[in-house]
Order: sequence, then C-alpha cells, then structure tokens
Amino acid sequence: MFTSTIFASILPEILILVLGVILLIVEPFWKVDQRRNVGWLTAGGLFVAIIVSLLLGQPGEPTSVLGGMIRFDWFGFFLKILFMFAAAITALLMMDHEKAGQRGEAYLLLLASLLGMNLMAVSADLVMLYLSIETASIPLYLLAGFIINDERSTEAGFKYLLFGILASTIMLYGFSLIFGFTGTTNIYKLSEMFAAGEITLPFFFGLFALLIVGLGFKISIVPFHFWAPDVYQGAPTPIAGFLSTASKAAGFAVIVRLFFVAFSFGDNPALLQTWTWTLAILAAITMTVGNLLALPQTNIKRLLAYSSIGHAGYALIGVVAFSQLGAASVVFYLAAYIATNLLAFGVVMAFSRVTGLEDISDYAGLSRRNPLMGLMMLAAFLSLAGMPPFGGFVAKVFVFAAGVQANYTWLVIVGILNSIIGVYYYLNVLKFVYLKRMPNEDEENHPVPLTRPYTIALVILAIGVILVGTVFAPWFSWSDSAALNLF
Amino acid sequence: MNFPILSVITFLPFVAGMLMLAMPATRKNEVRAVALATAVLDLILSAWVYVQYLFGDMSGYQFIEQYNWLPVLGISLKFGVDGLSAPLVLLTGIVMFTGVLISWGDDDPHVMAGIQDRPREFFAFLFLLAGGVFGVFVSLDLFMLFFFYEIAVFPMYLLIAIWGWVKTREYAAMKLTLYLFIGSVVALVGVLVMYWTQYQNTGVLSFDMLLMETAGFSSSFQYIWFLPVFLGFAVLGGIWPFHNWSPDGHVAAPTAVSMFHAGVLMKLGAFAALRVGVMLLPEGAKQWSWLIMIFAGVAVVYGAYIAFVQTDMKYMIGFSSVSHMGLVVLGVSTLNHDGLVGAGVQMFSHGVMTALFFAVTGMIYDRAHTRMIPELGGIAKVMPFATIGFIIGGLVSMGMPGFSGFVAEFPIFMGVWREQWLVAVIASISIVITAAYIMLAIRKVFFSEMPENLVGHISPITMLDKIAISTLCFFMIVIGIFPAVMVPMVEKGVENILRLLGGA
Repeated sequence: MFTSTIFASILPEILILVLGVILLIVEPFWKVDQRRNVGWLTAGGLFVAIIVSLLLGQPGEPTSVLGGMIRFDWFGFFLKILFMFAAAITALLMMDHEKAGQRGEAYLLLLASLLGMNLMAVSADLVMLYLSIETASIPLYLLAGFIINDERSTEAGFKYLLFGILASTIMLYGFSLIFGFTGTTNIYKLSEMFAAGEITLPFFFGLFALLIVGLGFKISIVPFHFWAPDVYQGAPTPIAGFLSTASKAAGFAVIVRLFFVAFSFGDNPALLQTWTWTLAILAAITMTVGNLLALPQTNIKRLLAYSSIGHAGYALIGVVAFSQLGAASVVFYLAAYIATNLLAFGVVMAFSRVTGLEDISDYAGLSRRNPLMGLMMLAAFLSLAGMPPFGGFVAKVFVFAAGVQANYTWLVIVGILNSIIGVYYYLNVLKFVYLKRMPNEDEENHPVPLTRPYTIALVILAIGVILVGTVFAPWFSWSDSAALNLF
Repeated sequence: MNFPILSVITFLPFVAGMLMLAMPATRKNEVRAVALATAVLDLILSAWVYVQYLFGDMSGYQFIEQYNWLPVLGISLKFGVDGLSAPLVLLTGIVMFTGVLISWGDDDPHVMAGIQDRPREFFAFLFLLAGGVFGVFVSLDLFMLFFFYEIAVFPMYLLIAIWGWVKTREYAAMKLTLYLFIGSVVALVGVLVMYWTQYQNTGVLSFDMLLMETAGFSSSFQYIWFLPVFLGFAVLGGIWPFHNWSPDGHVAAPTAVSMFHAGVLMKLGAFAALRVGVMLLPEGAKQWSWLIMIFAGVAVVYGAYIAFVQTDMKYMIGFSSVSHMGLVVLGVSTLNHDGLVGAGVQMFSHGVMTALFFAVTGMIYDRAHTRMIPELGGIAKVMPFATIGFIIGGLVSMGMPGFSGFVAEFPIFMGVWREQWLVAVIASISIVITAAYIMLAIRKVFFSEMPENLVGHISPITMLDKIAISTLCFFMIVIGIFPAVMVPMVEKGVENILRLLGGA
C-alpha cells in the first residue's frame, strides 16, 4: 500500500532522484563549455525541492513507514531541509571550481550523497541506517579525490576511503552485536529490548565503543579525527565545505536519534550515565584538541578543519545533556553551523579561485581588495567565534544552557575556555583580512572579483547567519519540535 | 501602544550601520552625513527620554516595551530605563554625537585629524558598538543584556586594530578582546546557572531580570556565584587587578574609539556588574563587598599614582580612568545610599570628562604628532578653545565644587566613610595625586614655552571640534551647578537597589 503518508515521507528523496535523472539526461547534450550550468540546474532544482517539501511533505504525528525502515517526523524533516540547503549551496560553490565544476558527474555524486544523508536522518532501522551511511559516504570518497591529476586530492580521497571503510566496518560489527543481543534491528524496538534484557555494563560499554568509532569518524571527534585536516586540505574546497557541514550534521542526526531513542534506559540510569559520561569526556577532549591544534595552523583550510573538530565538541555538549533542550540545541547548533561554515568555505573557495592561494597570510588586504568578501569573512569567523549578532553566539549559548541544566557545568566551563582560544585564532585571520596590507603591492590593482554563483551563495549564507543569530525564534521552535519527537 | 522610543534608540545605529555599508565606499562625505544625522537623532531621543524621566516625576522602570522573542526559553526583548540607566543612555547619546564630530576629518593635508581611511567601515563598526551599548543600558532581559554586551565587545577589536595607533594596535586590540571575552564568558556561566536555579525555585522559565529579583536564590548560592558574575562584568569596568587591558586599549585606539571606550564602554562593565551582580545576587554582594571595596580602593590610589608618573598623555588619562572607575566600584561596594548615588553620578560625570580629555588629546596629537608631555608646550596660544575644555575637564577630574565631579565624588566618600573610614582616608589620597598630575600636565602642555619644532605646525581646531568640546563641557557644568538635574533621578534608581538589599 502506497499511501500519501509514505509518499510525503520520502518526497524529498523522490525529488532528489528525479533531479539526478534529469541531470543525467540533460548533461550529455550540453556542450563541454556549458556544463557549468549543471550547477544552476542542481541548485535551482534543490531549492525547488526544498519549497515543494515544505509545502507538501510536512510530517504530522511521528509515524513509522515502509515496514519500520523510516521514521517520518520533524526531526528528520528539519535536518533533511538543512542538508538540501547545504547541497544546493555547495552546487553553487562548485560551479566555478576550475577542475570539478565543469563536469556533470560531480553534481550527480553530490546528489547521491545527499540522498544518503537524507535517509540517515530518518532511518529507524539499523540495516537502513547502515545502507544510507554508505550511500552518503561512497560518493564523498569519490568527490574528495575528484581531481585525479592533483596529488593532494587523490591522497585525500584515498585517505578518506581507508579511514571511512575501517570505521564503518567496526560500526557494522557493533550493529551485528546489537542484533545478536536483542533480535531486532529496529531502533524504536531496541529500547524496549534493552530494557527487558539484562544487558551488563561492560558489554554495553564495548558495544557503545564500537558504535562511536563509526559515528565519531563521521563527525570527526577526537580520537577519530586524523583524516579531517588532510582531507579538507586536499579535497576540492566546496567538497571540503560539504564534508564539514552536511556530512557532519548527518552524523549528528544519527547519533542523536540512535542514542536518544535506543539508549535512553529509563529504568537503568547507570547505563545511561555510562554513555553520557563517555561522550562528555570525548567532547571535552575534542574541543580542547581541535582548538589547540587550530592555533598553529597557517593554511586556512586546515585551520577550518581543526575548528570544525572543535565545533563537533561544542555540539556534543547538547547530546551529553540528554534532554529535550539538549536535542533542540544540537539541531539549532547544526543549523547555525552549516550556514556559518559554508560561508567560511565559500569565501575561501572564491578567494583561492582567483588567487590560487590558501595560506592565512595570503588574505592580507582582502577587505580592500573586495570589501564585500571582507564583510563575509567577518560574519563567518565572528559567528564561528561565537559573537553576536551572528548565529554562532545563540547556538553556543543554547548548547551551554543545556549543559548547565543537565549538571554538566564542568563541561560547559571546558567549552567556554575553548571558545576563548577560538576567539584568538579566528580574530587572527580577521587581522589579516582587515588590518594587514599586501606586501609591496597596491590592493587596488589586485581585486578579487566574485562570479555570480558565489555572490548569490554567499549573500544567502550571510543573511542566513545573521537571521539565525537575531530572529532565532522560528529556527529554535523548529529545532524544539524536532527534539520533541525523540522523547 | 506608545512610541517605542527605546527600541528606536537602540536599533537606529544598527540600521544606520547597515545603510552605510550599503553605500559606495568613495562617497565619504555622504557616509559622514548619515553618521552625523543618526547620532543627532539618537542624542535628541535619548535626551528626550532623560527629560521625560526627570520632569515627568517618574520612578521605577519606565518606557517599558516587551516583545516575545523566544517564549519557549523565556527570552523576550524587554526594554526599560530607570534612574540609573537613563543618564547612561543620555551619556551614550552624547559620546556618540561628539565622537562622530571628532572623527569627521579635516581637509587640511597637514592635519591627520579624523578618519580618512575607509570612513564607511569605521562609522559602521562604531555604530554597531553604540547600538550594543544602548542595548545593554536599556535591556531588562538578562539574555538580551548579554547579547548586546557581546555585540559591544567585538567591534572594539576591529576599530582599534584597523584605525588605531600603528605601534601597539595589534597587541592592544587582541589583549582587550581576550580580557573582555574572558570576563563575559565567566559571567555567562553564572547567568546560565542563575537561569536554571530560578527555574528550579519558581518553576518559571524566564530571563526577565525583574522576575529573577524575586527568584529567592539561597544564601550559599549567592555566595558562590556573586564573584564570577560581578567580576566577570567588572572586567569591562576596568576593576583592579583586571584593568591592564584598559590603558593599552585607550592608547592604541583612535580618538573617537578612546572616547567610546573610556566614556561608555567601561560604564557598561560597571553597570552590568551592578545590575546583574548586585541587584540579582544582593546577599552575595553583602558577603563579598569587603573584597570589592579592597579591589576598588587599590584601583583608586594605584591608578592615580601610575597616571602621575606617565609621560604619554593617553596613558595618563587611561590610568586616571582606572582610578575614576575605581571610585565608581568603590561607591557600589558600600551598598549604601550615598555611595550608590555617587557611583551613579560618577559614571555619567566620568564618561563626559574622559571623552573630553581624549577628544582634546586627539586634537593635539593630530597636529603635533606626539602625545609625550615633555615634548609639548604652549598649545594654549593656538588652541585656546581646546585648552579651556581640557582645564574644565581637569577641574571635574579633581572633584572641584561647581563641576559634576564634585557632585559625584563627595557622596562616594561619604558613603565609604560610613562603611569603613580607613578606606575613605586612603582613597582620598587619590584626589591629591589627581590634582597634581592634572595641573602639571596643564602647565606643561598648554602654558609652557612651545618647543621650536612645533612652532607654526599647530593649526587651530575646526568648528566641529569646538561644538564637540562645548557639548561635553555644557553637561559637566550644568550638573555641577544644578545637581538637581541628575541626583534625584539617580536616587530613584538607588532606592530600588536598596530595596533589593533589604533596606540596608
């Protein structure tokens, strides 16, 4: 039976698939020098898909559809919208990438990965979950190594592939243990099974460790973060942006759904505390390592990689809190972070397209070479540093508030100390953008022009970052209703 | 619904800043005109609020506006002013207006006055700062207060780093930002803990400060959290031993930013420490007031003494600010009527006075290209108007009767005497030191023989500069001669604090 609810539940995925098929059909007929326009098609198609989904695909009461494989609720829906937004922006940013933007495959792989991420957000079954994680990952391995005649890019692709496969097999082993123990793969039935069965603490801890290897790799928390800087540096910049935002957010979606639903242990708080405390310690280490290692970086993409490791740590505070506010603040954090980090990567992409440079010191005088880009950089980096009126500030405050509420004040203090470190290195970049001058050159003679896709993408993102940071009520109430579905 | 005057005052600078950023960079004069128009409008509006409050026989919080912002977490945009904040709103209006005048720039190529490099960005960031400052003074919602507080912090980095004094700006800007950010995040932890504890105690999820006053925080809770909250905010008030960023920041900042920094930004710290620390955690304040009093007492004397030995005019004024802000905190630490009233008036008086000092110092530096007191002399002959302004500022600084400084400092010392006469005696030494360094500076810079290398290089100040100086002097003299235009108003704000302190 294919009811309207089922249709609505996978409407975004259907639209993405249709868009992919259209791309496949249309692209060969275009001349090689016109294939950049596939980017317009992808981005436009995704924005249409977002609007159609918002109009027709809104979930009501949470329901399980397609044989319990998919959970149709606000949590998944809101995240799907975020992923599609991130993919649309990434498509725009890819268009003028010299080596990746002219080829239709790149956009198709992006859509395939997006499809996987969308399913990650709604999977209610471990089998479905594993399949969707692989669907999301495999195109990303290819995209990271997309520039085959560039050593760094191939290295990035291969490194990402090896780490990724290793992590996902370990996670798969964890899934199989869960199945062996409970006899079910449905996440929503697991919690009852766990409650009924007599799961011992060491066994659960081992199980949790296996899972966190795979999922920790996706969200790049310490100690599963080693791939991130190399991959971000080597991969085409828009892909690095996509990896650090949508891919990471998808990982968080899985973590929140799986842990909040399956590992709630209503009658056994000791088990609950096992994983929240483990995650709390991981979060503290992640923040500290990410931020400390960001300090000495000279390459802007590596800096952003370490900063994104640090941000995974902040967002984990919301997971650790294990409360409705915690879940809502994670989702809100992801929304703010996706807009902010895409903006940062977008500026980096636009800058390196013109200049071919990626060192922080190369940004000297950017605010004179292109004042608009200077302001964009300001918005992105101040938002990352957690300064109002940009999204990063409120997101951080909400996450910290959730942490304090759950009596993890020590973790919040660690987070706050880390954000002080963050302020230092983010401002250091802005120092080059605004204060330093180009050595021996007049900035007037070296403008950094923006092409149209960049202008559109960056303006949308900048408005988004400010809107999330000022008019935060609608975003938060969506995050909140998303979180409500988990309990 | 009445005219939402406080929101207009607060958001006008933000809107103007956005507007300026949207204008072409080459249209420098148009940008300046927009800036001046906004500043004048904000000054008029804030003066109107002040006058209404004063003559409308108002008390408590007035002009209250409330918009639900995020009801789920109890965050609302709640604005209102009382007798303490209304003068500070006016002060911000004054400093904003004079700051724009001072930064206007001069067509004379020999004079480096004003902001010539990218005035569009300068005014936009300055107005972002101003909007944040207004927001803190009028917010009655703790979340929003914190939000605006942070907005006021980061533009300082850019303003100092980009337009500041080449030699120290990078260092000073980073130092200032880190100090202030550390202070504010320490306070943030306290704020969040207060928020959840209130929820536990009353079952109401709200950041509304008027509700938090009645949250019934336990004595031990207040004892633990008073210090982080108070000191976290007071870092921005330049409290000893966390004052170190402040003189460095003053020295590195361009003139208008120094005026903002010393004039209003430091008040922000003292005000937030008072509003959040003392008013929401009164028991904690009582238990810790001895420590605050020691810190403030040291700041008063130590700041004055360090100012005395400086040769750079900006460092001298910077440390004198530490000393004068120490008086504000000293007044707060007494927790009695006289001390708090004095602190309230001193915030206004010191704001206007320091703004004037920095304005005149900036004018001298722009023309003489030095701020070293031994290298200057005879300025009075070419800049008589600025000289008179500086002398009036000096008299205020010394606490001369007839000027606003006296109205402010006298009650502070009375209040301190009541609590701990020894501290009053020690702190009063600062008055002597202040008189000494101010008079020495005036004699050397303005009245001694002009060094030969400066003769003929000093051009007179412009009309705009004169307007700025007269505006600032006007307020200092009016309050000095007619204390009734400010003191009764501040008293009304203080009554509210005393009520929270339990009539102590």
